[in-house]
Amino acid sequence: MLLIRCPYCEEERPELEFRNAGEAHIARSANMAGESDDDFEKFFFIRSNPKGIIYERWRHIHGCARFFNAVRDTVTDKFVMTYKAGEPKPSKLPKNSNEVVAK
Amino acid sequence: MKKYSVFAIAREAMRGHKGWEEQWSSPEPKKEYDVIIVGAGGHGLATAYYLATVHGITNVAVLEKGWLGGGNTGRNTTIIRSNYLYDESAGIYDHALKLWDGLSQELNYNVMYSARGVMMLAHNVHDVQVLKRHVHANRLNGIDNEWLTPEQAKEFCPPLNTSKDARYPVVGAALQRRGGTARHDAVAWGYARGASARGVHIIQNCEVTGVKRAANGAVTGVDTTRGFIGSKKVGVVAAGHSSVIMNMAGVRMPLESYPLQALVSEPIKPVVPCVVMSNTVHAYISQSDKGELVIGAGTDQYVSYSQTGGLHILQHTLDAICEMFPIFTRMKMLRSWGGIVDVTPDRSPILAKTPVPGLYVNCGWGTGGFKATPGSGHVFAHTIAKDDPHPINAPFTIERFRTGRLIDEAAAAAVAH
Repeated sequence: MLLIRCPYCEEERPELEFRNAGEAHIARSANMAGESDDDFEKFFFIRSNPKGIIYERWRHIHGCARFFNAVRDTVTDKFVMTYKAGEPKPSKLPKNSNEVVAK
Repeated sequence: MKKYSVFAIAREAMRGHKGWEEQWSSPEPKKEYDVIIVGAGGHGLATAYYLATVHGITNVAVLEKGWLGGGNTGRNTTIIRSNYLYDESAGIYDHALKLWDGLSQELNYNVMYSARGVMMLAHNVHDVQVLKRHVHANRLNGIDNEWLTPEQAKEFCPPLNTSKDARYPVVGAALQRRGGTARHDAVAWGYARGASARGVHIIQNCEVTGVKRAANGAVTGVDTTRGFIGSKKVGVVAAGHSSVIMNMAGVRMPLESYPLQALVSEPIKPVVPCVVMSNTVHAYISQSDKGELVIGAGTDQYVSYSQTGGLHILQHTLDAICEMFPIFTRMKMLRSWGGIVDVTPDRSPILAKTPVPGLYVNCGWGTGGFKATPGSGHVFAHTIAKDDPHPINAPFTIERFRTGRLIDEAAAAAVAH
């Protein structure tokens, strides 16, 4: 089970309190009806599914209930960092990121 | 290839079993092949086998980064059934089921296909409606599936708890008698032996690190840990790593990879005569011929390539198993493991040509690809050989996520798939 740091509660809590909400930083169109089929496919179905660093959303559903973002390595399942929803995608990742470690 | 038979066993018994030949050869990779298959799991090896036997294409290499059959082929719970809801799914899964019947004879290799029946339990009104809808839809597609009362279910599987006091009482069940299990390793080995005997090169410990394309976009070969290998046709059958390989060719896929776990108990005398599945309490169980209870758990909720998963996922499944089979509450579990499954948004596979000329993909089988192994290999070989899909896999395109023509087994098959 993962140990996840909620950036709102500022606490590490067990994965059971959280719900994964898929890839992060996928912008929803303001004019969904005007989207082309290609763009809608990209938005709705295509995922980067990286082997390595992933940017993903989590929701602290059995805690503060808020969505936030996380950076995690999908090979080790170790979290690099978590940050609040609405904050930009980190351009640089911390080197020794042991904020939260998968257990 | 020396044929296996009772006479071969007798002959070898006389000479100390020194005459058995290797089941497949391990040749050095050539510079160029007619077809390269990426991934020597059941589906990839079956594809190579049918390319050789049905289409006469034997200049084929199957590249495997690890060992043959060591991925999800060796990690699944070996359940075979074809009682899917939609016509497209019924077509491909029943195509496979028909090939399972007789596969041991065709391959001259005992894959231990056992049509012991797959029984899916209903615990509430919604389950009854869904499963009866499946029974009727299957019947229209010529697939056997029948409705059982709780008493009939108990008779078919005596250890099942059908007490009305159960927390989730069994109120009925759908039974596909042709469903069952097979020996997963033997499926990979049998196809590998058959393909190798016809000249297919199976190259293990050879990881694909890049897909090379010509100026016009067409595939020219793959870079591997053992050097560049040329081919104008490349079939990607890499399960959880399919999107990784496809990214090398510049194709982004509607796939996400999740850990899926399974576990087995200590071996006991035969007690579970069939496969029992319950989508509502989320558990499924069968008993191997070795006597182990084989139990499938769910996926973790996050994308991962770790080939492991959370312990709470297994606990959740065992809670359900003990609810369905109280006699197993004191069983000891021996081993658990995880594999990485590639899941599509509609939970149906992709077997198709891609936007890249010469590149073909067979992926997205998610949590339930083993059952389809022979059918998948058969129609994928057709797709590669003819550069055109077989009618059975024609609906399973990548483009369906753009056109909206989904095959939405996600809702139909629920979790246990």
